[in-house]
Amino acid sequence: MQSIECPWCGPRDEIEFRYGGQAGIAYPRDPGALSDEEWAGYVFMRDNPRGWFHERWFHVHGCRTWFSIRRHTVTHETGPVPDTGREPESDRTGRGPLARGTGEAR
Amino acid sequence: MSASNHPDFLWRDPEPRSSYDVVIVGGGGHGLATAYYLARNHGITNVAVLEKGWLAGGNMARNTTIIRSNYLWDESAAIYEHSLKLWEGLSAELDYDLMFSQRGVLNLAHSAHDVREGRRRANANVLNGVDAEWLDADEVRKFCPILDTGGHTRHPVLGATLQRRGGIAKHDHVAWGYARAADALGVDLVQGCEVTGFEIAGGRVRAVLTSRGRIAAGTVALAAAGHTSVLAARAGVRLPLQSHPLQAMVSELLEPVLDCVVMSGAVHVYVSQAHKGELVMGAGIDSYNSYGQRGAFHIVEEQMAAALELFPIFSRVRVVRTWAGIVDVSPDASPIIGATPVGGLMINAGWGTGGFKATPGSGWVYAETIARGRPHPLAEPFALERFTTGALVDEHGAAAVAH
Repeated sequence: MQSIECPWCGPRDEIEFRYGGQAGIAYPRDPGALSDEEWAGYVFMRDNPRGWFHERWFHVHGCRTWFSIRRHTVTHETGPVPDTGREPESDRTGRGPLARGTGEAR
Repeated sequence: MSASNHPDFLWRDPEPRSSYDVVIVGGGGHGLATAYYLARNHGITNVAVLEKGWLAGGNMARNTTIIRSNYLWDESAAIYEHSLKLWEGLSAELDYDLMFSQRGVLNLAHSAHDVREGRRRANANVLNGVDAEWLDADEVRKFCPILDTGGHTRHPVLGATLQRRGGIAKHDHVAWGYARAADALGVDLVQGCEVTGFEIAGGRVRAVLTSRGRIAAGTVALAAAGHTSVLAARAGVRLPLQSHPLQAMVSELLEPVLDCVVMSGAVHVYVSQAHKGELVMGAGIDSYNSYGQRGAFHIVEEQMAAALELFPIFSRVRVVRTWAGIVDVSPDASPIIGATPVGGLMINAGWGTGGFKATPGSGWVYAETIARGRPHPLAEPFALERFTTGALVDEHGAAAVAH
């Protein structure tokens, strides 16, 4: 079982969390303007790397914080997301499936 | 066949040539079946199967060997039933005992909703020419006496669908049978040959770059299951696939005790007894993306809890091995078969947790799609374009077990 570091509660067992998939997927600012291909890209296409992955977890059985980490998809090592000094797009829009998150790790 | 007259080799171990009409990437069940049907059905024998490890050492060696075709939607029932019909003649055709055993597959219903869903799916199966029966709790008890149908459990058995033509086969024999038959028809099976990149010119793939050099190809056909995304990314193609560990396990060897396959989507485990005697069990994926071929122990614990809820008789059985394969799950839990935006580059992926049963049918339709340059009718609904058009084949929760 992996140990996932919640930015609020610290390292906890994986069973306390729900997986949220790739981080940083922004809800389109003007969904009606998207082509079918672009909409399919937003809804269905996600990175699936063999290596480091920037992904979201939800501390569902703890503080209920959404947060992002980096995790290696072969070794399962984890690390914080480098601070880019800006809010992720998905949280600025305040909409969409990822909008409940609190953004990058605090 | 006795040990004394067993051949030293079932297939050649050729050096890869510099060019092939078709290069198949991935020497698992689907890749080997595709190569065999390319040669058998279409006379295309200038074919190589490139495998980075050894033949059938990925998910083909890690699945729970369940075979059935009782899927809900027409498109799925059609392709899995095509596959099941091929299974029924495959040992004879390949002249290899695949230990295909049509012992019946039960899909249990534990709630009023499960009962409605199960009856609906059985009716849909019958309309599609797929054998299916609805059993009430008494009939389930008679069919599988060691199931706890007492009604006092948290998730009582209220009934089940039964597909009598479903069952299990010996996975290694399937791979070896296809490999030997493909080799005999002239296909080169090249092991220890990893595809590291693609040579693409004018929007068309021209060659694969491998750990054993450049190999030119008229068509490149991916059959790499959980690693399809990694390969496709090297060709600049993005796919709606996520790779997850799927765990399975076996018990110590037991005397014959379970003569059918039992699946439950609600308490979530599937159990059968292999010919050798071990109980073979599996359940759901680990939730996170991974290529690590291992999973978390709490998943094993949940599977065991589910198995014991259904089979109290197994309470003292020891689990001796657990493992994981990497499955590529698509958004609608259906496969993706056919062309990609790169000319000459084909994919057959997204079989997720259910690829083994599809091995013959998948190889059959993929081979025709490659040979004719247009989708086999059974593959047409599973084209990559469905994620743009919205015509999904949504088997999540419909395929008789939660994925």
